[in-house]
Amino acid sequence: MKPTTWPYGEFYQRNRAQHPPALTPAYKTSVLRSPQKSLISLQNSLSEITGPVFSHDELGPLDNDLIMNYAKEGLPIGERIIVHGYVFDENARPVRNALVEVWQANAGGRYRHKKDTYIAPIDPNFGGCGRMLTDDDGHYVYRTIKPGPYPWRNYVNDWRPAHIHYSISGTGFAQRLITQMYFEGDPLIATCPILRSIPTESAVRQLIAPLDRNAGVQLDSLAYRFDIVLRGSRATWFENPVLSEGAMARE
Amino acid sequence: MTIMVNELTYLNETASQTAGPYVHIGLAPKQAGFDIFHKNFTSVLAGPKTKGEKIRIEGQVFDGSGTPLRDVLIEIWQANAAGKYNHPADRQNKPVDKSFRGWGRGCSDFDTGVYAFDTIKPGAVMGRNNRPMAPHVNFWIVARGINIGLSTRMYFSDETAANAKDPVLNLIEWEVRRKTLIAVREARKGQVVYRFDIRLQGPDETVFFDV
Repeated sequence: MKPTTWPYGEFYQRNRAQHPPALTPAYKTSVLRSPQKSLISLQNSLSEITGPVFSHDELGPLDNDLIMNYAKEGLPIGERIIVHGYVFDENARPVRNALVEVWQANAGGRYRHKKDTYIAPIDPNFGGCGRMLTDDDGHYVYRTIKPGPYPWRNYVNDWRPAHIHYSISGTGFAQRLITQMYFEGDPLIATCPILRSIPTESAVRQLIAPLDRNAGVQLDSLAYRFDIVLRGSRATWFENPVLSEGAMARE
Repeated sequence: MTIMVNELTYLNETASQTAGPYVHIGLAPKQAGFDIFHKNFTSVLAGPKTKGEKIRIEGQVFDGSGTPLRDVLIEIWQANAAGKYNHPADRQNKPVDKSFRGWGRGCSDFDTGVYAFDTIKPGAVMGRNNRPMAPHVNFWIVARGINIGLSTRMYFSDETAANAKDPVLNLIEWEVRRKTLIAVREARKGQVVYRFDIRLQGPDETVFFDV
């Protein structure tokens, strides 16, 4: 069988050494919410290599503009920033048409959420969420206000570093990922129990977005760059038990 | 002298982080208490034209103390009634149902912790090595305190024969644990409901997969 660029194959085994384990006692909520039995390892079938496909007509024109998408009687308060980057797979190929969803606190560190009761005020002009699809290069971009840090009840003096939550949906359901992006230079990064749940220094560094002076808008906005890597998939050079024979069309 | 080899240049998958308590803002803003997007992703998968038996899947996700999670977000992914995924990698010779994407996103209720999806019962999909898989729905579960999304599958209690041959259920060495993946069918006021509770810990801990 000759090599093919058909982009769908089994995903590489997830390298769990780069991810936080389920149980991380310094992040207290994980203690009762972490499975205690081993995960059952599963080789991929169609159920894992397929996943939902999203289209542009499901999104609105301001969905990637958090400065404007909830502006009611003015602009939101805070530092105007642009965040952009690429979604790659582990083979360094762009992941096209990936759904990237983001959510965050406002400049004061308050979320627009029924359950957030922090003293910092809600910004009437800021919703705090956005979404976009990557282009053919795997690139995404959105505009927002830099979120503020905020305290949370874990240890009584724990503070989250400024961060933006990310949800990424690639080509297959087994690539599904939720993570958080942090900002270069934030002194709270070093002591955050959630960030420190990640076992390796290099994996932590991968979540910290550097300032990208070239991508900003002069006299308007600074920019940060955040690239995301989803699981890569095996090329189908040889007969692939997921995709061959009965699992394929009898063409 | 030691001869070094060239390094392979794979990238590393970005590390997971918890979805946190405010996951609804980004993924289900209506539940967070506000309106922002014109179109929202929902827990209703089946439309009026969707082929297949209409079903509701509902349940709760329990922590190690037996308390239901009230802030969990679940996504499901499933084949259509003919057993075909609406995705280009599915090359089974079966029809796609244009009115069915097969994906939905739902949250547990802030008071009761109950989640629900309105969908159809999927058909059987061919598995690896030409072994058919019993009808199933793929689950992905995230919440505050869950550091990396949990993957599991829901099977159907009325598919006893297919379940007995399912290659994935049969991978689970401990037969007693297989039942944690089987949703119980009940009829409620003319509606078919499958109850699927998920337990994160304890003697009946749900089987989760490393996919």
